[in-house]
Amino acid sequence: MIPTKEEWIKALNDRHRIELQKKISSTTVAVCGLGGLGSNIATSLARAGIGKLILIDFDKVDITNLHRQQYKANQIGMNKTEALQNNLKEINPYIETKIHNVYLDENTAKDILSETDIICEAFDNAEAKASIVNFVLSEMPEKYIVAASGMAGLDSANLIKTRKVSKRFYLCGDEVSDIKDGIGLVSSRVMLCAAHQAHTVLRIIAEEYEV
Amino acid sequence: MVRINGEDLDVGGKSVAEYLNSAGYDLMRVAVELNGDIVPKAQYSDTIFKDGDSVEVVSFVGGG
Repeated sequence: MIPTKEEWIKALNDRHRIELQKKISSTTVAVCGLGGLGSNIATSLARAGIGKLILIDFDKVDITNLHRQQYKANQIGMNKTEALQNNLKEINPYIETKIHNVYLDENTAKDILSETDIICEAFDNAEAKASIVNFVLSEMPEKYIVAASGMAGLDSANLIKTRKVSKRFYLCGDEVSDIKDGIGLVSSRVMLCAAHQAHTVLRIIAEEYEV
Repeated sequence: MVRINGEDLDVGGKSVAEYLNSAGYDLMRVAVELNGDIVPKAQYSDTIFKDGDSVEVVSFVGGG
């Protein structure tokens, strides 16, 4: 039996306290890139009862994604945006989502990101990461950006950290483990980094701005 | 001296672009904050470090 919306909200209020849950439920977060980072960030935030998620990716689910991304074998070939939207609705039937099946760049970002409060950078390509972070900090200075750099390989979990670079710019990861250097991405370490990002989002919502 | 990523360096008078190139950064993979504000990429050549500036250079690596 799927719970009613009232039951769902009550369960979250009981868990997070009503004051905090009100803030979480009225926040819109963009997740830019729905791979190992983005699909896990979105899953955490959907469980926490986030108000609205803007889900952005141009890619389709591939067999090579399944070892670390929140998709299922029967979703291979689907657009990641639609597959993740379906999975999130199964977890939280009352979450509001909006999907954009596009390559997010400086031409498309302004419109798509305008309605968000907090933006998660969750791309895999280093140039794309730098580009969106520069864009948001330059062109949308009222928004928060939570980015990630350095989570590949099997190095210690304890090296993954969150750093507050400046007032509205947080960076998660070890900042050095490049995907090209070793064995590539391992699910647990990518999930750790995604959890740092999702947790930073929730702390910003709770007005806990220090790391 | 200019404080860059926590280290005091004698780069007053250099532009952001000159410093990044001499330090071996890939300009397509960085974000630079000068005294807490982002330096837009188009201004890297025209933005000159002054003694006492505080700079953060974030250099992204791939993976996600």
